[in-house]
Amino acid sequence: MDEDKIALINAGFPSPAEDFMDVALDLNKVLVHNPASTFFARVRGLSMIDDGVDDGDLLIIDKSAEPYDGCLAVCFIDGEFTLKKYKSMGEYALLMPANKKFQPIRVDENNQFAIWGVVKYLIKKM
Amino acid sequence: MVGLCDCNNFFASCERVFRPDLDGKPVVVLSNNDGCIIARSNEAKALGIKMGTPLFQARDVIEKNGVAVFSSNYQLYGDMSNRVISILKETVPSIEVYSIDEAFLNLEGLPLDGLQQKGRDLSARIRKDTGITVSIGIAPTKTLAKIASKLCKQYPKLKGCCLMHRPQDIEKVLRKFPVGDVWGIGRKYRRKLEQMGVTTAWDFCSLPRAEVSRMMSVTGVKTWLELHGEPCIGFDDVPQDRQTLCVSRSFAHDVYDLGQLDAAIATFTGKVAEKLRRQNLKASVLHVFILTNRHRDEHPQDYSIRTTGFEVATNSTIEMSEAAAAALKAIYKKGFGYKRAGVMVTDLVDSDKVQGVFFDTVDHEKQDRLMKVIDSINAVNGNSTVRIASNGEMDQFSTRTRVSKRYTTRWDELMEVVV
Repeated sequence: MDEDKIALINAGFPSPAEDFMDVALDLNKVLVHNPASTFFARVRGLSMIDDGVDDGDLLIIDKSAEPYDGCLAVCFIDGEFTLKKYKSMGEYALLMPANKKFQPIRVDENNQFAIWGVVKYLIKKM
Repeated sequence: MVGLCDCNNFFASCERVFRPDLDGKPVVVLSNNDGCIIARSNEAKALGIKMGTPLFQARDVIEKNGVAVFSSNYQLYGDMSNRVISILKETVPSIEVYSIDEAFLNLEGLPLDGLQQKGRDLSARIRKDTGITVSIGIAPTKTLAKIASKLCKQYPKLKGCCLMHRPQDIEKVLRKFPVGDVWGIGRKYRRKLEQMGVTTAWDFCSLPRAEVSRMMSVTGVKTWLELHGEPCIGFDDVPQDRQTLCVSRSFAHDVYDLGQLDAAIATFTGKVAEKLRRQNLKASVLHVFILTNRHRDEHPQDYSIRTTGFEVATNSTIEMSEAAAAALKAIYKKGFGYKRAGVMVTDLVDSDKVQGVFFDTVDHEKQDRLMKVIDSINAVNGNSTVRIASNGEMDQFSTRTRVSKRYTTRWDELMEVVV
């Protein structure tokens, strides 16, 4: 066998690792369960800092998720968005802050209120 | 069965998803350079604001009623449209995207008795996931599905899906449905039909087929058959014949401006030429076509096509662009709102079998070399890195002074939640 041919064979020899190749980890797979209903938003403000939600954090919101008691919810109340812990009290609901300087917000049928989406993950720059 | 999923007041609805404070309030969206109103919420429609109205004409109504005005934000609408389409694709065996806010659903083989509920569930899921409200019409043909979807929009108690399949139900609907609103019946025919006393879709159905054929050619007969429940307009998934190549698109809104059409046609021509080169083909004939929105009867209708022959078959973007631009100039009519445009090439031959002519005025070898360079640059650096100067980017026509954020496609324009 001459040298040229050997070189050719070497070039075509499959990597022994090829059979064990895996797809690289993709954060989207972990953080975004339903792409059609997932939206990103930025936190502005300090009312949730005791729960570790800081100004500038990135929210991963599922618009389709059913709100549950104690969930971190993107709420729309009387013309404005806010982020609070949602607590259902039967007749009314409470939007709970996580900062002693803020008061819970009481929501009843007199408010224009909707839960826009539920926060699934929080991304924070260290 | 065939379904049509139509997003209600799509552009206005997209804006509202991120501005819930505008729920129940009038909203309009403007065309690219903030010229005309191209989308309206129901409340804006109720104020009498018409589609296509120039902004300056509506200024009074807008100010008096506090109408929210948005420049068009196609990045946002495109992303929201993709979300809706991805849900449809996940749920339905196959779909055909008809425009940014409409898609046909191929429901063939699905049991009839579950369809109404399936449609309602789908409608509810789209609403829940994306915030967009859709109207789904299901019927034996595309034309009837369109009608069912319109019905669905009119009657909220249908809960997002209208299944229309029993002959007696179809008849009942068609008897009340204006003939001019039927998909495929243009303004011209509507006049003609109304003069004959044909005012409803049912009147039209009751005409003898021979008379429709005599009066309205093949398309008219197709519409007539489709209204009778016989599918004539199939799904777009038939493989393309190698003897023609076509690139065409529907515009997000009606285009009135020659410059804008010119840019679109140049882009399509570039794509067609690139496809030819990739398949090692050359074309002898090039067709440019533009058509108005045939579903908007209140506007003048036009469909024009211009055919250009090349003495020597070509796949040069430069040569084809020149021909296409001249063709467009010849068929463009001022005052028409064009909804769709396209470039098609026919009479294709293998590149290496091209018959030359003795007195060739074009240096074809030089063009070939240039195109190879362009293709290789674009292959490495991404499509359209190098392109012919007239190729447009839709953004350049836009002044967009009232534009909302691109909430879903730009990291630096995310929605902000004040905590």
